Amino acid sequence: MTLQSWIMLLFGNILVHNIVLTRYLGCCPFLGTSQTPKSAIGMGLAVTFVIVGASIVTYGLYYGILVPFGLQYMELVMFILLIAAFVQFTEIFMKRYFQSLYKSLGIYLPLITTNCCVLYVALDNIKSGYDFWGMLANSLGVPLGFMGLLYIFSMIRQRLEALDTPAPLKGNPIALITIGIMAMAFAGLAGMM
Amino acid sequence: MAAKKTSIWRRIVNENPVFSLYLGLCACLAVSTSINNALGMALSVFVVLLVSEVIISLIRKIVPNEIRIPVYIVIVATLVEIVEMFIHAYAPTLYEALGSFLSLIVVNCIILGRAEACASKNGVWTSVKDACVMGLGYFVAIMMMGITRQLLATGVISLNNPLDDTVLFSLRIIPEAYTIALFGTSVGSFITFGLFAALFAWIRQKQERQEMEATK
Repeated sequence: MTLQSWIMLLFGNILVHNIVLTRYLGCCPFLGTSQTPKSAIGMGLAVTFVIVGASIVTYGLYYGILVPFGLQYMELVMFILLIAAFVQFTEIFMKRYFQSLYKSLGIYLPLITTNCCVLYVALDNIKSGYDFWGMLANSLGVPLGFMGLLYIFSMIRQRLEALDTPAPLKGNPIALITIGIMAMAFAGLAGMM
Repeated sequence: MAAKKTSIWRRIVNENPVFSLYLGLCACLAVSTSINNALGMALSVFVVLLVSEVIISLIRKIVPNEIRIPVYIVIVATLVEIVEMFIHAYAPTLYEALGSFLSLIVVNCIILGRAEACASKNGVWTSVKDACVMGLGYFVAIMMMGITRQLLATGVISLNNPLDDTVLFSLRIIPEAYTIALFGTSVGSFITFGLFAALFAWIRQKQERQEMEATK
């Protein structure tokens, strides 16, 4: 993979094929942790760490064990187990060696196992047939796009809270409509590619 | 009987997994582009939900408490794999349309949520009833999205046979010149979802007000 296509893949995933806006994934944590910019950054960093780590591990497992033994159909079961184990391991490791980091990111970690982005990226790496560097660009671009959007959205949301929205629209419904309008804005970036 | 009816209606509206509890949003937003895809997704989720709740409620006394979540995940993942292979073999067009969202049923919060909240504590019969009500709530939500989006984006309401792709039913309601293609994209998806969620919130709030009046 050339450097140019690597950069294209990375930025394409951040801006053009943004995971929340074009692939509709990760909506639950997106609504849940966008209350303040601080929690948005915390969740974004935790997701980035888990997606990159889990992608490398699942990629290794697929080409190291499943392909040589012809067990590709076990992909889904093995991947989800590995992701769950990886998240648990990260939590224990952080608690033991990086106390301060654990205090700020720890609460988001259990939420990530059921974050569909992680499993999607792991499966997509295999489905699209990326080589190692392509896999790295894919699994770095997706969470960075997620984090950037989460940060922007958390700031919009703080303003939304202060507005006088009609009672049924308060909270999540108006947030979803806002995401829709953001998707419209991001659709304009598609011309970049 | 009347009381039972209202309780099911209440559980579908007030505890609707999608529009009221905001669980399993991703698939509901993504595959509701047409009625066919919505129906396929709703049925797959319902099958996985029902069978996993039955299995989990049967083994709930054997599984140690500390490792219950990994055990549940493996059960759900296996079932999803089976459903996926089944659809791949018998309904290839549906398989193509649903794409990776079929595999992502594993991380659908509704299934793990119900396994944890209901099946791990109750007997088989209660779990079956719970799975049916939750599955119906999901079905109502995703079909509302699917019908609205297909109608606004293409102006046609249609249904295909997933096994051999013959058209079972097709009806043009909005002339082609007046359709809004935006509703087929993610923008329309989020906006439709937001408006339906607001509708459900409005119904809930109205009920609460009525109950307040009644107790006064």
